[in-house]
Amino acid sequence: MDWFKRKKESLKPIQKKELPDGLWIKCDGCGEIIFKKELEKKFYVCPHCDMHMRVGNDVYISVLLDKGSFREFNKNIKSADPLEFTDFKHYSDRYKATVKKTGINEAVVTGTGSLDKHKVVVAIMDFRFLGGSMGSVVGEKIARAIDKALKLKCPLIIVSSSGGARMHEGVLSLMQLAKTSAKLAQLAKMGIPYISILTNPTTGGTTASFAMLGDVHIAEPGALIGFAGPRVIKQTIGQDLPKGFQRSEFVQEHGFLDLIVHRHELKERISKILSFLESKN
Amino acid sequence: MAGKNKKFILEFEKPVIELEKKIQEMRDHAASSGIKLGGDIKRLETKAKELRKQIFSNLSRWQRVQLARHPMRPYSLDYIERICSYFEEFHGDRLFADDKAIVAGIGMIDEFSVVILGQQKGRGTKQNLYRNFGMPNPEGYRKALRLMRFAAKFNKPIITLIDTPGAYPGIGAEERGQAEAIARNLFEMSHFPVPIINVIIGEGASGGALGIGVGDRILMLENGWYSVISPEGCAAILWRDAANASKAADAMKVTAPDLVDLKIIDEIVKEPVGGSHEDYDLAADYVKKAILKHLKQLVKIPADKLIEQRIEKFSKMGAWVE
Repeated sequence: MDWFKRKKESLKPIQKKELPDGLWIKCDGCGEIIFKKELEKKFYVCPHCDMHMRVGNDVYISVLLDKGSFREFNKNIKSADPLEFTDFKHYSDRYKATVKKTGINEAVVTGTGSLDKHKVVVAIMDFRFLGGSMGSVVGEKIARAIDKALKLKCPLIIVSSSGGARMHEGVLSLMQLAKTSAKLAQLAKMGIPYISILTNPTTGGTTASFAMLGDVHIAEPGALIGFAGPRVIKQTIGQDLPKGFQRSEFVQEHGFLDLIVHRHELKERISKILSFLESKN
Repeated sequence: MAGKNKKFILEFEKPVIELEKKIQEMRDHAASSGIKLGGDIKRLETKAKELRKQIFSNLSRWQRVQLARHPMRPYSLDYIERICSYFEEFHGDRLFADDKAIVAGIGMIDEFSVVILGQQKGRGTKQNLYRNFGMPNPEGYRKALRLMRFAAKFNKPIITLIDTPGAYPGIGAEERGQAEAIARNLFEMSHFPVPIINVIIGEGASGGALGIGVGDRILMLENGWYSVISPEGCAAILWRDAANASKAADAMKVTAPDLVDLKIIDEIVKEPVGGSHEDYDLAADYVKKAILKHLKQLVKIPADKLIEQRIEKFSKMGAWVE
């Protein structure tokens, strides 16, 4: 009677929340079905429940920068797969497949642009690329973006969206935390402003380095922000986590965020802060 | 406590341990019966010694990880009390608490006056709970930062001993900004105008280790491990099963020889045969000699040059093509 026995339930992978595709999109927050064109106009903020959906770097370029002002640099830095890492697949194959699937080269794009006419250097992470994980290339591109801000003496804005350091590059990924933080210390020494924007999610090594080192910390509403992931914490302490744990509002309440800003207001609020910083007494 | 306690035996040590047991039995037998077994015993002793050497010169990565976690492995305070002729432990971050998972203080290593600090594990359940298994909370990193600022102010080199299974993943740790505490340390350690030497004495798990791991020289004990995540953590995520930790250790290349190849560490510090737990004094002596060697070089470098070289050192880390 083997068929009578209940089959062992296998672990179900958590459904991947890729970027919305197709004509209609269902909001994860309220379940409403929304016309994609409408969502695009609203920068993927749900018109019904205000949930800020996860978006790629292209959307943040539109959100933050003046139309057509973005100039990407260091576009073609690619991972050298230093460990020749393999799990079920070769990391190099996974990497190539990700490039092909997402149409982006890495988990961060960097460049210059203008935000309400303020010249800025931006680094925008992208969760679509291997969970926005930071490996050598992400660290190097961000380090070079900081160098660029130093050279141009203009403010730096980093938009984080990342699960943390990339396992496939082992200790080399870890060292990118030190590299980017050291570079930011140089920037700070020169008195050049750095605005860190934390979006859903910003965890692990990304939070434990540049994301938490801004002169101004701005988060989008409801973003998951923390060091350890909620699952790991739950497993370690063996109890349920408080409601709203590690969400923007919680993190602000504990003193680590200056502002929580709606995606539609990001540009205007940052512009005012930059104007304030540029004003001479 | 001496390092000769053999209560805990690792799987791969068993053949040697069994042989050594047999030798002891023969000795006892010879003593009680009066039969001369001197020659046989000697032969077996040589064999045991060779076997030990052979096993420990061909360790797999996973075996090294197990050695790094050996419950009798010397911890930060075991080294500090052997390396320093004087040591005074300082407590507290002046903000919230005194984190027992990080010890820090002032000390003398031969003629050098230094600030020395490290993660501290406990031995046994009670001690381990007290030390939170060597997993610091934000206040631990902030205590370290306070004492490193103290070192910078009084021009004392900084020695950090790294040995942690990770920064503590708890509710309070998140509320008090575990990520910010680590990030702040990376930021400030890059610019302290005094020599900094980091020594990975055991486990170097991720940001929790790096939080006191930015310096001019990074040394690592022969059987330490250092990576972006523990092998179990990596296996649980990529293989969906923590039991594949051995594979993950190989894939991530976590050992000292790997980290030389990857140009992350500057020197491998030798351990006594069988691992540091076999001889605390000898292990500490090796560590002390390595620290002194680098300290003597570093104190000669002017502060601005030191900082420049440190930033350059970390800027080069990583591998990419363009």
